[in-house]
Amino acid sequence: MSDSIQAGIVIIGAGQAGVQTAESLRAGGYAGRITLLGDEPHGPYHRPPLSKAWLAGEMDGAQLVMRAPEMLARKQIELRTEVKVASIDRAAQQVLLADGSALPYSGLVLATGSTPRRLPLPGGNAAGVHALRSREDADAISARLALCAERQLPVVVIGGGFIGLEVAATARKKGLDVTVLEAAPRLLGRVLAPALSDWYAALHRGHGVKLVFDARIEALETAADGAVSGARLADGSLLPAGLVVVGIGVNANDGLAQAAGLECERGIVVDACGRSSDPAIVAAGDCTARRLADGSLIRLESVQNATEQGKSAAATLLGQPRPFTATPWFWSDQYDKKLQMAGLSGGAEQWAVRGDMGGSSFSVYHFRANQLIAVDSINAAKDHLQARKLLDAGLSPTPEQAADSGFDLGSLLKPGD
Amino acid sequence: MTQITYIEASGQSTTVDLPDGWNLMQGAIVNGVEGILGECGGSCACATCHCYVDEARLGDLPPASASELDMLENVAAERRANSRLACQLKASPALAGLILNLPAIQE
Repeated sequence: MSDSIQAGIVIIGAGQAGVQTAESLRAGGYAGRITLLGDEPHGPYHRPPLSKAWLAGEMDGAQLVMRAPEMLARKQIELRTEVKVASIDRAAQQVLLADGSALPYSGLVLATGSTPRRLPLPGGNAAGVHALRSREDADAISARLALCAERQLPVVVIGGGFIGLEVAATARKKGLDVTVLEAAPRLLGRVLAPALSDWYAALHRGHGVKLVFDARIEALETAADGAVSGARLADGSLLPAGLVVVGIGVNANDGLAQAAGLECERGIVVDACGRSSDPAIVAAGDCTARRLADGSLIRLESVQNATEQGKSAAATLLGQPRPFTATPWFWSDQYDKKLQMAGLSGGAEQWAVRGDMGGSSFSVYHFRANQLIAVDSINAAKDHLQARKLLDAGLSPTPEQAADSGFDLGSLLKPGD
Repeated sequence: MTQITYIEASGQSTTVDLPDGWNLMQGAIVNGVEGILGECGGSCACATCHCYVDEARLGDLPPASASELDMLENVAAERRANSRLACQLKASPALAGLILNLPAIQE
């Protein structure tokens, strides 16, 4: 098999998961060739600031860099940008590129990320209608925000999820008129408890954002120049807009994997060690759907998921399985509020609030069958970090203990206490 | 520009000039300094840019915010009196010549 070892490891995708996998392979002692293929013109960069500091114009391009190219070179990670992969030939163990060339592999990593959903409506592809995923998307939104500021045009955000609300907050910081259209009766309904949805609604209204719930959009209207001019709702009303930001979720980029016959279901199906249905292929990050012990599939889109799955994927290729079982965590910055979420709160039956929801910091503890399943913290990093430790250890306070700020939750982590 | 020196746990030393306003996590990553991860991109959300600041210069630094102090309670390496998160320190003339020692582990 010396030929295939010579072939090395090919990583498709140079985002958070791809870079993590490459670095973990080197850190784990892998001495073979590592080729990191990115389809963007840039080397690896941080996506989280795109909807926040980058969009607000508070960062320069160099600050967005995730790894300096020379740092990757020093680790003998061969980065290739603007590479389009055409297909995967599993039988021959090679990746076929759009330019007709072939890259042989002994191990293949799919870290292909996700793509924002387009708005399936008339006008959904007009100029001035943008999703936010890449640096180019953010730059296009930024340019449009400047145009809106200059011409005093309102901004319409479609989707009251994290991306949409972060963009809404940034646009308000710039003094623009912002309306968020949400199809559901509350914000962040897929991830937050109703009480926190209401809290976010109050936060955004307090900053001057207009919120429309149960919104039914008929079409995006365009002006004579083809650019978007507004959103028409089912009740016939028209919301004028110089920019429409669409944040209605993403789809896993599992097209290559599907075409190659790998098992996919809303993403590339992997186990806790990142293994796909082909033993030579692992996957990590947004593109995956992870099979849990109970057989269900979980799709997570977060930095932590990308880094942890990247580490697990690398470990699998090194023959030292390292299952990813840690508690999922996420964060979102809006205005001066940092939300940090630990665990998954879906299915919660009972809630306890620690601190004052009307004050500057608090946490909501979610319980199912009297067991802690998730904690959402606002400007309460200590609660968040403690929650991750409790959840990792399978420990649970009672709802009464969680709500009692005089009770030291850390004491549950100390054996013998 | 502000001169900052990073000393990795291996002893490897890197001195760089950072534009004022850059945070010291970004300065390390862009210049290929190992030993700082900055997984969250500088949002004070992951505690993987832990560093030890030159003790004599502690007074030149802005005090840690409540959220930074909370994150510092959960760093992977030993927390010391001079522990800070590099993403929360911004290059400025007051920090000129600052030396940061980096722990062996960040997670």
